[in-house]
Amino acid sequence: MDDLIKYAPDLAAGFLVNVKLSLVSGVLSLILGTILVSMRVSPTPVLRAVGTTYVNVVRNTPLTLVLAFSALGLSDTLGLTISDEPSTNGFWLVVLGLSAYTATFVGEALRSGINTVPLGQAEAARAIGLTFFQSLRLIILPQAFRAVIRPLGSVMIAMIKNTTVSVAAGYLAESAFVMKDTFDDTGVSIPIFIGLALAFMAFTLPIGFLTGWLARRLAVAR
Amino acid sequence: MSSSVLFDVPGPRARLRNHALTVLAAAGVLAVLYFVYRGFDEKGQWAGKLWHPFIEASTWTDYIIPGLLGTLKAAGLGAVCALVFGAVFGLARLSDHRWIRVPAGAIVETSRAIPLLLLIFFLAYLAPSVLGSGDYTLIALVTGLTLYNGSVLAEVVRAGVQAVPRGQSEAAYAIGLRKGGVMRLVLLPQAVTAMMPAIVSQLVVLLKDTALGYIIAYEDLLNYGFKIIPAVFFGSLVPAAIVIGIIYIGLNMTLSALANWLEKRSRRSRKTSARPIAPPGAVGLGAGAGLPEEPTP
Repeated sequence: MDDLIKYAPDLAAGFLVNVKLSLVSGVLSLILGTILVSMRVSPTPVLRAVGTTYVNVVRNTPLTLVLAFSALGLSDTLGLTISDEPSTNGFWLVVLGLSAYTATFVGEALRSGINTVPLGQAEAARAIGLTFFQSLRLIILPQAFRAVIRPLGSVMIAMIKNTTVSVAAGYLAESAFVMKDTFDDTGVSIPIFIGLALAFMAFTLPIGFLTGWLARRLAVAR
Repeated sequence: MSSSVLFDVPGPRARLRNHALTVLAAAGVLAVLYFVYRGFDEKGQWAGKLWHPFIEASTWTDYIIPGLLGTLKAAGLGAVCALVFGAVFGLARLSDHRWIRVPAGAIVETSRAIPLLLLIFFLAYLAPSVLGSGDYTLIALVTGLTLYNGSVLAEVVRAGVQAVPRGQSEAAYAIGLRKGGVMRLVLLPQAVTAMMPAIVSQLVVLLKDTALGYIIAYEDLLNYGFKIIPAVFFGSLVPAAIVIGIIYIGLNMTLSALANWLEKRSRRSRKTSARPIAPPGAVGLGAGAGLPEEPTP
């Protein structure tokens, strides 16, 4: 218990990094996922093929590989730098990998949301003369989003837990690494592990409840 | 709703617009590909000596195949343990006794909520201090995978048994079977058919999760590809990443195809009265959605 109190500031700072990573990657992956799903249902075969290939490739690659590649491959070998400050650069490389990975799951969730929108809705949209993009933006996606709030919540919860994998990208600031670092000093400490586990639960559980509540509130009445 | 309903058979204007969009999209794709090619070229990544190791048999027999075996060993052990864990805890959560049901539920819910890497780090440091010094990377990895994926599978088992219509167990009780008999002879055989696709797609997740072993220095495919091969053949990191990426994707897509096939089969199976249950975290809305799952590492 003393270890937990002694290292609490470090662990809290690490956990704050997890929160930041989650917020930025959450927004980016939602945007990217929406773009991906729009590509996959578009009338343009090239865009459909690109979207499908991207989802199949990235979703079947382990996140550890995605993140390790974004640091060692994209940044070190191919020279992609987002910021000159190394820690900021590391942060954005993790965000890049994590968003690219999570977006495929957001896209898949939205695609099954689109499958719940009744045929008549799309037909009516076409009948009043809306183009593909108009019907997607005004009719289909709003209903699809509301149908998959709960699954999107699960995707976001999994994404929050995945922020711990940023160690693989050599970004050594978040709480899982801080815990490992602390264990190197003190040996294994059960209170520290339980404390961090509770912190993650305190972050993810409300999201589960919130999305459950939103899903009931915003359900499309049919 | 299939995706093609979003747009009509196009008229002349829409056709023109679609053609323009196709040309633009193709140009965009080509531009991205060229940009990647240029990026590789500028850093000399097309040099034959970086790619040459991958057409030599010794690279495969010395590095890639041992790495793949390490990954498959962890995945195999993890899968077996997680299935046992899932069966035991899934059935425990269905128990009539509260003193079994509640602790099992607590363990399952907690193991699912903790980030897997946090759990693996903890186990990797806990093992030496409990069991004495030694190499515990495989044990930590397999235990972590078992606890997390086993908990997800426990939910699958519970959902599978609950998906069997009530009439089945009522009929079984009516002909005089006891609790154990109802479960063993009537519910489980039907539930297994309904659970198979969800179980296989969770095993895909487990296989992908073995890559976390890279972080605790377990000698898996990712470790060979990202640490050992670039160290032996200097500079071959990007080719190695591409080769092992293809191996991972191939393995996972094969397993996913198996899951889809099993789902189709159990959907038309007459051996079970239960509908195939959605894989864990799946969106599970409407047909033709494939098997979406949560983004585990």
